[in-house]
Amino acid sequence: MTGAAAAGAGARRVAILGGGPAGLAAAQAALAAGAEVTLLDEGGRLGGQYWRHHEQLTDRRLQHGWARFERLKGVLDRAEVHTGASVWSAEASDGVVRLRAVVGPADATSRTALEIEADAVVVATGAHDLALPVPGWTLPGVTTAGAAQALAKRDGVTVGRRTVVSGAGPFLLPVAQSLAIAGSEVVGVHEASRIGGLAAGWLPRPWQLAGKAGELVEYVGALARHRIPYRIGSGVVRVLGTDRVEGVVIAALDADWRPVPGSEREVACDSVALGHGFTPRLEVAIALGAAIEGDRRGRFVVVDDTQRTSVSGVYAAGEITGIGGADAALAEGAVAGFMAAGGSLDDDRMRGPLAVRRRMGAFAARLERAHGIRPGWTSWLADDTVICRCENVTRRTIADRADAPLRAMKLATRAGLGACQGRTCGRAVEAIVAEAGGSPEGFDRRPVLAPVRLGEVAALGRGSTVVDTEPARCDDAGTTVAAVDVQ
Amino acid sequence: MIRITVDAEPLEGRDGQTIAGVLIGAGRTAWRSAQTGDRGVFCGIGVCHDCLVTVNGVEGVRACQREAVDGDRVEREVRA
Ligand SMILES: Cc1cc2nc3c(=O)[nH]c(=O)nc-3n(C[C@H](O)[C@H](O)[C@H](O)COP(=O)(O)OP(=O)(O)OC[C@H]3O[C@@H](n4cnc5c(N)ncnc54)[C@H](O)[C@@H]3O)c2cc1C
Repeated sequence: MTGAAAAGAGARRVAILGGGPAGLAAAQAALAAGAEVTLLDEGGRLGGQYWRHHEQLTDRRLQHGWARFERLKGVLDRAEVHTGASVWSAEASDGVVRLRAVVGPADATSRTALEIEADAVVVATGAHDLALPVPGWTLPGVTTAGAAQALAKRDGVTVGRRTVVSGAGPFLLPVAQSLAIAGSEVVGVHEASRIGGLAAGWLPRPWQLAGKAGELVEYVGALARHRIPYRIGSGVVRVLGTDRVEGVVIAALDADWRPVPGSEREVACDSVALGHGFTPRLEVAIALGAAIEGDRRGRFVVVDDTQRTSVSGVYAAGEITGIGGADAALAEGAVAGFMAAGGSLDDDRMRGPLAVRRRMGAFAARLERAHGIRPGWTSWLADDTVICRCENVTRRTIADRADAPLRAMKLATRAGLGACQGRTCGRAVEAIVAEAGGSPEGFDRRPVLAPVRLGEVAALGRGSTVVDTEPARCDDAGTTVAAVDVQ
Repeated sequence: MIRITVDAEPLEGRDGQTIAGVLIGAGRTAWRSAQTGDRGVFCGIGVCHDCLVTVNGVEGVRACQREAVDGDRVEREVRA
């Protein structure tokens, strides 16, 4: 156990859940503060969504801030690191945090059990795409924008050869660039927000884009180079095809994202990437008892100045505390890790992260104002549009039961009760229920935090074996030190 | 280079690719039968469960999360 060896006896044990920008920054800072650190991530490699990669398959042009990633990995030889570790249970009581995971190839039957006990935990589980339903969106060839990004980065493939990108937010830009580099022609990028929204959002204060600015400028350059049109106030309102995607219907969208009548036009394509925002992965934080705040436009983990949640010893950072992107995640992670390890906000080493966190917080608010989902989107749905992809539940079925309590509605329709546990459709179902006069909310709590086989749970229940697997090692040490690295 | 079979048909992929990566690289976009038609990758990060396949006899494996191993036998799943 390298972690135990590196920290002094009696050091605070800090567990970090998530190896994306927030979790990695937390690990670095917690180590700097003298803690004994254990980091877990279900992915086969560290990096999270932002630094998703494969050593042989990832085109270097798709990577950003790589030197930072290598520096963060570089200090992990002093920590205990478990990749391929899906945390399926988490609890905090009497000042002790317990995480239970299965470690091994995804969904294999032979995974080993791992139980981690710590004095504090940093939850940095990130987010997944929020793709709003569109008629025809279950056709093969339709993916989320994040899937297009992940497939291009991790596997070097694209689902089609002619792709339409549609949704909202600056994330659509790197997705278009990745598709183009990985080999698909991008017919167009359709941003639902109008110029008014963008102007009220980030356009007048581009300096708030901070570290992101360079990246965004690069993406805009890439769009121009690949001759990819970027159209605001428009979006895919229907996907066409019988067995797979053959085209889309694009419409102009008004300020509330309602399709403008008469503006529809058909565009031929074989693939569609949809991304209307992100949904935080809250289940671990909720299982630990952390308070969640917000409404159906977005719910996040509540944290104080030190990134502590409502539960003592439980800290949170990154997308689960608000969608702010990788720079915000890095800064929040550094603060969370440092404080979880018993550090102080007055420490000089906190100055950089605190400044970035402040700046990026303002940026996140502006992003939400500019690109946040508007209620008119439901008017592009048809009655028979599938909303819950797992259980094939249509909009009409959900709307018909909207007056029942959410639990009863779910049991009657099966919406949100399929394999993904409502992760994919939750926000859309809530919007449809609210529109039909019901009171939504209640899609965040999940009894099992990560997919785990029943046999595995049963085995763990019988005397939960604690298995120490050999931790992954990262030997490439970092070089230069940026202002926000906490060393 | 790795070789896997999908419903007994041989496919070649690049070392390190996920099963979904190999399938898509071979030009496939869908490999699971659902009530409303075939499905393939949707979320790409293990959240949506649309891309499930049976691997070496084990059901319910997320193709986008599982790294393909030379010789893997992949089978299509039919689910409601
Ligand atoms: C598919 C996708 C692709 C994206 N690509 C980009 C991009 O290219 N550029 C960009 O600027 N932004 C991208 N984003 C936005 C992204 O959310 C942020 O840039 C950034 O990665 C957020 O950092 P984070 O540390 O908060 O979370 P993440 O990077 O999401 O990291 C969270 C980590 O927690 C792990 N995890 C979650 N739950 C568990 C569990 N129960 N057990 C074990 N491990 C768990 C996950 O495997 C993941 O590695 C992407 C988002 C998505 C969903």
